Amino acid sequence: MGIRIEKNEQENFRKLDEIIERYKNQEGMLIRILQKSQEVFGYLPVKVQAYISEQLNIPISTVNGVVTFYSLFNEEPQGKYVIGVCMGTACYVKGAPEILDAVKDELQIEEEETTMDRLFTLKSTRCIGACGLAPVMTINDEVYGRLTPADIPPILYQYIKTHKKAQVTNENE
Amino acid sequence: MNLQPLRTKEDLQQLRDKTYETISLRIKDTNVEKEINKYHILICAGTGCTSSQSHKVRKKFEEETRKRKLTDKVKFFKTGCFGFCKLGPIIVVHPDKTFYTKVKLENVDEIIDQHIEKGQVVEKLLYKSLKTNELQKTMNDVDFFHGQNRIALRNCGVINPEDINEYIAMDGYQALAEILTKKIAPKDIIETIKKSGLRGRGGGGFPTGKKWEIAASYEGDKKFVLCNADEGDPGAFMDRSILEGDPHSVIEAMIIAGYCINAHQGYIYVRAEYPIAVERLEIAIDQAKKAGLLGNNILDSAFNFDLDIRLGAGAFVCGEETALIKSVMGFRGEPNPRPPYPAEAGLWEQPTLNNNVETFANIPIILRKGPEWYSSIGTDDSKGTKVFALAGQITNTGLIEVPMGTTLRTIIYEIGGGISDGNELKAIQTGGPSGGCIPADLIDTEIDFKSLTDIGSMMGSGGMIVMDQSDCMIDICRFYLDFAQDESCGKCTPCRVGTKRLLEILKNISNGNGEMEDLETLEKLCHDIKDASLCGLGQTAPNPILSTLKYFRDEYIAHIKEKRCPAGVCNGLLQVVISDEKCVACGICARVCPVNAITGENKKPPFHIHQDVCIKCGACIPKCPVDAIYKR
Ligand SMILES: Cc1cc2nc3c(=O)[nH]c(=O)nc-3n(C[C@H](O)[C@H](O)[C@H](O)COP(=O)(O)O)c2cc1C
Ligand code: FES
Repeated sequence: MGIRIEKNEQENFRKLDEIIERYKNQEGMLIRILQKSQEVFGYLPVKVQAYISEQLNIPISTVNGVVTFYSLFNEEPQGKYVIGVCMGTACYVKGAPEILDAVKDELQIEEEETTMDRLFTLKSTRCIGACGLAPVMTINDEVYGRLTPADIPPILYQYIKTHKKAQVTNENE
Repeated sequence: MNLQPLRTKEDLQQLRDKTYETISLRIKDTNVEKEINKYHILICAGTGCTSSQSHKVRKKFEEETRKRKLTDKVKFFKTGCFGFCKLGPIIVVHPDKTFYTKVKLENVDEIIDQHIEKGQVVEKLLYKSLKTNELQKTMNDVDFFHGQNRIALRNCGVINPEDINEYIAMDGYQALAEILTKKIAPKDIIETIKKSGLRGRGGGGFPTGKKWEIAASYEGDKKFVLCNADEGDPGAFMDRSILEGDPHSVIEAMIIAGYCINAHQGYIYVRAEYPIAVERLEIAIDQAKKAGLLGNNILDSAFNFDLDIRLGAGAFVCGEETALIKSVMGFRGEPNPRPPYPAEAGLWEQPTLNNNVETFANIPIILRKGPEWYSSIGTDDSKGTKVFALAGQITNTGLIEVPMGTTLRTIIYEIGGGISDGNELKAIQTGGPSGGCIPADLIDTEIDFKSLTDIGSMMGSGGMIVMDQSDCMIDICRFYLDFAQDESCGKCTPCRVGTKRLLEILKNISNGNGEMEDLETLEKLCHDIKDASLCGLGQTAPNPILSTLKYFRDEYIAHIKEKRCPAGVCNGLLQVVISDEKCVACGICARVCPVNAITGENKKPPFHIHQDVCIKCGACIPKCPVDAIYKR
């Protein structure tokens, strides 16, 4: 039908087919399929939503309704590193707003935005369960605790450095 | 791990005795002075300690013992949360039960050199009592654990959650085996739970036995057992710690629940933000299946029960049970009016029993030790213990479990070690976004479901945030209302529009644009939203405002009439001022001020900030060489 799959997308859509195949006969698996698809694509563009809707025979409005309801799903591409500043109560009273400001300031982006170079996406998250270390921030899977605003620039710099190094090695190869 | 399916209660008993032998090292009393030739080192692998790099410490320990050929002498185990997250990473060395805090990579060698090779405790890693300055060697010695009674957390920090044998060694699955082998009638089990007095730990406090009885009474083609592990309270991690530290206790309870209500399928709904908990659950379910404790014909009893995990995708309202059910079925998690309750028509319109993680975790031990034992703990109104996540301005942040009826004073000053930096207690927030702020003068309240509701807060799921003079109550309300408004699913108007209005009024007040009439409007609107909202989210969202209007009205009035935020938090009301005494009239501040709001004559203190010009950017504060400038 109407969905055109470009050459460079074929691999991902093949994976998507596998995911759909694996879950489609079980009841109530739409959320799980979307989660797995997001792992493959990094986000859920409308094209992917349309494809899932077609394969599962569910109206696209239902699929999109689910995608927009849950904060876990992104319709926009994400940065290589996703920064989550915990805005849970424990972190909030321990100064999380200042941490968030420090990140915004350093990267010159707002919440839910991605830097121009697609390196960082900034989000505020709910309690991640490390309240004992409040205030807390995550960058992908790494957790940083007991932060002060002054800790932010050096932490971010580490990621920029790693990224640059990787780029240089890639170019040399 | 090589697991054989267990066929009978005797099989289970045999396995228990065999593994008990290996973990008895951790349970019996021994001290280091005795000749010890075997050690078990337990390393906390909960989220808190993992964030403090405990996994790296464990790796280094393992490498180091391999290098030194000590692998026969020392074994390492991951374990669940000890609760003392503030001082993580925590490790405990058995058999002498030495409790080491803040263990860093560089301490690994010392522990091996001194403790393992020479049998001497590494004193500098012991906890030092804040009250007596003594070193406290074992977990039982440490002040933080005095007054605690770990029932739901009984296995957290004792066993390796990724090994079903260790759960079995601690009498796990015995309650289930007893029931299935003796074919105990469901109504007798339900009676036992009713007698124990256990009430739901998910927030509502509904009597658990009664809920099981109702769920059992409805007929259905296919009934379900559901475990609510959505843990929505933003600042709480009780359920997460149980799942990470002792997943089998929840699984065992769910199988028993299935047997009692005649359901053969269960779902655990966990937040996707809890990757470690999800992974441990997956391992636990897999091991239980291999051991013949989940699936068809459990322990040869002809009873079948299967269990699957469903991941939440980040929506607070999905903790509400009717919304949760929608989400498990893969839809938008919007709540439905009750009745019908899930016990009558839940998942796919079938009778569904839904309980919280902590509620389930209490079941196996109640069945094993008897309802009288359980109901002897706690108050008339609420039996047993409750797990709380202690956070905020408190010295010992972490996870605690105390008998119902413990006073807030005991929790904060005995267990929690008092307010951080020696500050003064201002308020305690319980119940998360649905709860309220309890003022310091009610600190002798003995907490249970009823007493907390009586004073305008609620038990909630167990978040407890301690606040001091630096926390502004209006700002905290703003925080919770912002949360409620953000998380409102939008289905019903009172909650969707009402919380937005409440938030607007609060923002006005904190920006200095509040009027005294606003307080009445707030109060009235709060009551309207409470009465008219569809689900618990809207019905309880006004609680933080109502409780602070009751106990901290002065603070609202200061914001409105004096245009002043006593805690110095609300930016709109802050003034940047120069201390007359401290100022040395160097003039640096006047030079950095972007709007020329600061005037004065060099070398003739003090300088002044003209409040009508000042934009409160704070640029001058860090530049002052004598720290004379501050916000108030
Ligand atoms: C907005 C809202 C959020 C809730 N969040 C949770 C939650 O995160 N975990 C939970 O166990 N119960 C939560 N509940 C309560 C559940 O609806 C339900 O009462 C509970 O899971 C029942 O289990 P119990 O009887 O064992 O307490 C929430 C309720 C509301 C209204
Ligand atoms: S509030 Fe931030 S980790 Fe819990």
